Amino acid sequence: MASQHGAPPVFNNKVIAWIDHRLPIFSYIEKEYHTFPTPRNFNYFWNFGAIATVMLVLMIVTGIVLAMNYQPNAALAFDSVERIMRDVPSGWLMRYMHMTGASFFFAAVYIHIIRGLYYGSYKAPRELLWMLGVVILLLMMATAFMGYVLPWGQMSFWGATVITNLFSAIPVVGESVVTWLWGGFAVDNPTLNRFFALHYLLPFVIVAVVALHVVALHVHGSNNPLGIDPKGPQDTVPFHPYYTIKDGFGLTVFLIIYAIFVFFMPNALGEPVNYVPANPLATPNEIVPEWYLLPFYAILRAIPDKLSGVIAMFSSIGLLFLLPWLDTSRVRSCTFRPIYKWFVPVLVIDVLVLGYCGAHPPEGYFVPLARVTTFYYFFHFLILLPVLGKIERPLPLPPSIADAVLTKKAG
Amino acid sequence: MASSSIPAGAGAHGDPTRRDFLMVASGAMAAVGGIAVAWPFINNLNPAADTLALSQVEVNVKPIAVGSAITVKWRGKPVFIRHRTPEEIKAAEDVKLSELPDPETDNKRVTDTAKKVRPEWLIIVGVCTHLGCVPLGNKPGDPKGEYGGWFCPCHGSQYDTSGRIRKGPAPKNMAVPDYLFSSDSLVKIG
Repeated sequence: MASQHGAPPVFNNKVIAWIDHRLPIFSYIEKEYHTFPTPRNFNYFWNFGAIATVMLVLMIVTGIVLAMNYQPNAALAFDSVERIMRDVPSGWLMRYMHMTGASFFFAAVYIHIIRGLYYGSYKAPRELLWMLGVVILLLMMATAFMGYVLPWGQMSFWGATVITNLFSAIPVVGESVVTWLWGGFAVDNPTLNRFFALHYLLPFVIVAVVALHVVALHVHGSNNPLGIDPKGPQDTVPFHPYYTIKDGFGLTVFLIIYAIFVFFMPNALGEPVNYVPANPLATPNEIVPEWYLLPFYAILRAIPDKLSGVIAMFSSIGLLFLLPWLDTSRVRSCTFRPIYKWFVPVLVIDVLVLGYCGAHPPEGYFVPLARVTTFYYFFHFLILLPVLGKIERPLPLPPSIADAVLTKKAG
Repeated sequence: MASSSIPAGAGAHGDPTRRDFLMVASGAMAAVGGIAVAWPFINNLNPAADTLALSQVEVNVKPIAVGSAITVKWRGKPVFIRHRTPEEIKAAEDVKLSELPDPETDNKRVTDTAKKVRPEWLIIVGVCTHLGCVPLGNKPGDPKGEYGGWFCPCHGSQYDTSGRIRKGPAPKNMAVPDYLFSSDSLVKIG
């Protein structure tokens, strides 16, 4: 999108002008992060892309310093993490920031996804932008899972055992695939080594996909709460200073909550049993993943057949790739969808209930509850969304963003 | 292929040319080469020689009293060796195969690689076939489940005195590893 502010920037500083003539990084920053025309009507849900980016950087920085003291060896890993906590200067802070940071990174990304669902940010022409986001989510899950294995506590070990065993459900080659993943006959030192290597690699792959996500975003610009395209300069404001300030404010609030967890309840979101060293001969009473993976774990366990459960779990995320085509409504924002606007919160509650089921052993009423909520999850995407788009009568769209915003202010 | 892109000297319109042949042949060679290069990287993740070398253990079963069981580590996994009582053997043998989710005779599960049957010794990989937890039942005082065998605390699977699944989400019986009694008291697992 061409800058509405016209001519390319002129740099007064001779050094900057010299560099920019040869490598236009300053022009790029000016165009994409300063004058970039952005819809004027963002609400605070639009903060979470920037917040997630900051969390990614924070995870990489804390992770790199942790890696300098961590030992990826089954005999040393647990003790090296305890050494980071007790002996390494500020090691406790780095580890608690990294641990809690994973939870807050996921929280930011989940809010970012719900925002996209409610305001139809996945619809044309932003389908690839959305799909790149789903790739980022999958990479995050893989990275988080492998990172959780590294402290080599009981839950690390048994979580790794349960999750890698999922691949044994693949017909014929399942067992060989699992042996290949392990590099042995059980989760052991070779597994820890390779998980460490991949846990260090994948965040940089995420950075690369985030870069593509941002490039795709800047082709057609951001969606907005009204879901209609900006029609001219009256509908947009420059990204800087308007949204740098708004993102900065939202980020500050987010980081305050994060800091409360880091400093006052760093273990609130974790499992105490992971402070027991891994023991391959004794399973903990209950194996649960971190909270951000619980809904998917619940889907896995809701289905009594092992292979079908694994397929359902992977489909629950794979389905998101098809979302732009499953939603048949031509209206993006739920603001103008009188029926569907109620079903997005229902889906969010459904996923929360799934998470609640995932945190408890599959006994008693958790079994039917997990099954009903699993069914509803798939029903939402595969039946409700395509059908509702055809029969729902959307409200009339406002003529422009400026018009809607100014009318609202007047009225 | 549009005729304008066929260089002078190429074959008649629509016929495969020598250039087409070269394209396909070199493309195929490149694909084979790519796979050949990828294989060592994939194979690199398979178990290493030293890991494989540890894949056998020898156990002296003499100290295991009748009615008790021990756990040994084999390939990083627990192996249960149970010295079964005559009642336990009878209970395992008397079950009708039609009652079992994964039908298998007790006799088959206590046969070593030399085809010798020793019903008093049950040797199984102590890993629940549901999601890989270690079932309880080896230590005195452990819950043994309704069938007197093992009970998995994770999701409630219950195994009988032959290590066969009887109740719960696990799909299969606990696996019997390859083992060989070199004497009455010495068994080699793996």
